[in-house]
Amino acid sequence: MIGPAIAAARAAGALSRRAGRGGTSLPGKVLLHLEPEAITTLAARLPRGTAAISATNGKTTTAAIVAAVLARSGGRVVHNVQGANMAGGVASALLDASHGRGIDGEFGLFEVDEFWLDSVAPQLRPRALLLGNLFRDQLDRYGELETIADRWATVLDHLSGTRLVLNADDPLVADLGVGRGGVLYFGVEDDTVALADLPHASDSKHCRRCGTPLTYDAVYVGHLGRWRCPRGDTHRPEPDVAATNIRLDGTRGARITLRTPAGEAEVALGLPGLYNVYNAVGAAALCLALGVELDDIVGGLEEVRAAFGRAETVTVDGHELAILLVKNPTGANEVLRTLALEPGEIDLLAVLNDNIADGRDVSWIWDADLELLAGGVRRVVCSGTRAPELALRLKYAGIAEDRIEVVDDLEAGLDAALDGAGERLYAMPTYTAMLALREILSKRGATSGMFT
Amino acid sequence: MADGVLRICSLYPDVMNIYADRGNLLVLERRAAWRDIEVQVTPAGFGDRIDPDAHDLFYLGGGQDRDQALCARDLVDTKRDALAAAAGRGALVLGICGGFQLLGHVYELGDEEIPGLGLVDLRTVRSDDDRLIGNVAIEVDLDGEGPRTLAGFENHGGRTHLGAGEQPLGRVLRGHGNDGRSGREGVRRDGVIGTYLHGPLLPKNTWFADWLIARATGLALSPLDDRMEAAAHASARRAAGV
Repeated sequence: MIGPAIAAARAAGALSRRAGRGGTSLPGKVLLHLEPEAITTLAARLPRGTAAISATNGKTTTAAIVAAVLARSGGRVVHNVQGANMAGGVASALLDASHGRGIDGEFGLFEVDEFWLDSVAPQLRPRALLLGNLFRDQLDRYGELETIADRWATVLDHLSGTRLVLNADDPLVADLGVGRGGVLYFGVEDDTVALADLPHASDSKHCRRCGTPLTYDAVYVGHLGRWRCPRGDTHRPEPDVAATNIRLDGTRGARITLRTPAGEAEVALGLPGLYNVYNAVGAAALCLALGVELDDIVGGLEEVRAAFGRAETVTVDGHELAILLVKNPTGANEVLRTLALEPGEIDLLAVLNDNIADGRDVSWIWDADLELLAGGVRRVVCSGTRAPELALRLKYAGIAEDRIEVVDDLEAGLDAALDGAGERLYAMPTYTAMLALREILSKRGATSGMFT
Repeated sequence: MADGVLRICSLYPDVMNIYADRGNLLVLERRAAWRDIEVQVTPAGFGDRIDPDAHDLFYLGGGQDRDQALCARDLVDTKRDALAAAAGRGALVLGICGGFQLLGHVYELGDEEIPGLGLVDLRTVRSDDDRLIGNVAIEVDLDGEGPRTLAGFENHGGRTHLGAGEQPLGRVLRGHGNDGRSGREGVRRDGVIGTYLHGPLLPKNTWFADWLIARATGLALSPLDDRMEAAAHASARRAAGV
């Protein structure tokens, strides 16, 4: 009987909200404490099953795209929409939708933290599982990439009946499909958006089988690209679903041709950057694996706008403020590449926190290519718990000292950045800084896209 | 005409770079260049022989376990004698994190033994206990110049034990240090310096970057406008609680 546990978890959530603590995952944590099998029990009530998404970068946006596609075909989707993606967050989303002995939803869509996949996936028993990418991220918390890849391989060994959707362009992720049937691969195929070289922060550069450095015929994002082992042990699988003919439009959007087994389609995305092209093509592949029609997929892709702090744009004090979450070198590099496409010099609010959810270790800012901003910044205000160290990084990246200002307190930093900014201001916060910034903005009644 | 030259050999820069080791090299390069010192950075990868007399500072960072094991074998096979000769003539050899471990005799990982350069008398043993992770600050006294603080971040599964005749780089003010118990951090024997402090180390402690540049070039360095550097150092110390 799960009823009493649900009631207790709900009460805990209500108390926490009254005390002014957000804590979207708290009721779920209470529920799992009282009823460890709660995810299995509640997910089994969803008549059309579940899908899960994990990756270092792009989980929240990919899930938002899939949600937009599924919304077109009707039926309520239970979805951990705010990125609370450990077991407690997944349980909270299920708890919110539950009533009596039923659940108010047809289908479950869950993004899952890469470190929590091995405990959450077996409970969800998803119909389809998308694994997007593995990048260097919060080494103090996650450890090395190979360790996560090994854990993921073990998860897959224990799942049955789950359709795998894997990124062909990430050698660590693609390797997980070797020897498994029915894998749907996705990727990018357009050399006009390729980088000249592997970026500094690339991680998975060696063949998982023999250790030889991989050869790249094209590099797209971080270590994602058209790769092969020069000894012929492994190579990038041919993607079943691919983005071709890619045209990037600065921080505003992108156009692609989507090639699928169900046919080709032209798609205009309202999400910027090549990293979002990966999110879109991954989402499209996951939807195809779930049996969604191509027309609905294209409609959803075109409809979706930025998810929770990921290139979300709000209006504040007469300025347009675009919030671009950064949490690790590769993610930051893609944001920086996108910012570098903006014409002229930009005004920037850069926020570096070192709370647990950000990673206590702020080394990664030296792995991110902040040099991409040199020559492109009119003024940058640095805020957050480690603001002076971010400011120093910008100085060594080649931004003139008199363009860099340090205001540790975020709210004062926002005011300083808005004061004298042009029409558009860019904010580049780490995860907890993004949450704090959104709270300040909603307190000020700033209008926002989809989540206010 | 440059006032001097700083010759750096960067060992395995494409794999031994996990904790933003690039930041250390960038700080050395910029701070030398701002003083009109010419900077030469020579990468040395797998199989490359190195000339012990061609560089004043050899830099070895940290990597993923598998990469570190590959580098260890290559160091022993192709670079050990040259690095020993360089250290012998007083050149700087700076090993950080995994690079620190490789300066010693061996890194014991369960049944596996990863060989080291043996430039200093130390051994590292992988512990089954928790990794030692967190902000860290140590007090160092380089050549009797008086106590100074180095602040950074440590993240290591290995416990490093110094031999009886070996001196640490500093004593732990906050954090774990070499083994989580002895209060010792890093190693220093003349120009051979090892430490677990990344973060990276030199951006957080630019005074130490200057010490390395001065020692490597033999030049007296002119002061720079270091207000932002001082603020970053204070921020890293605050994070460590000193």
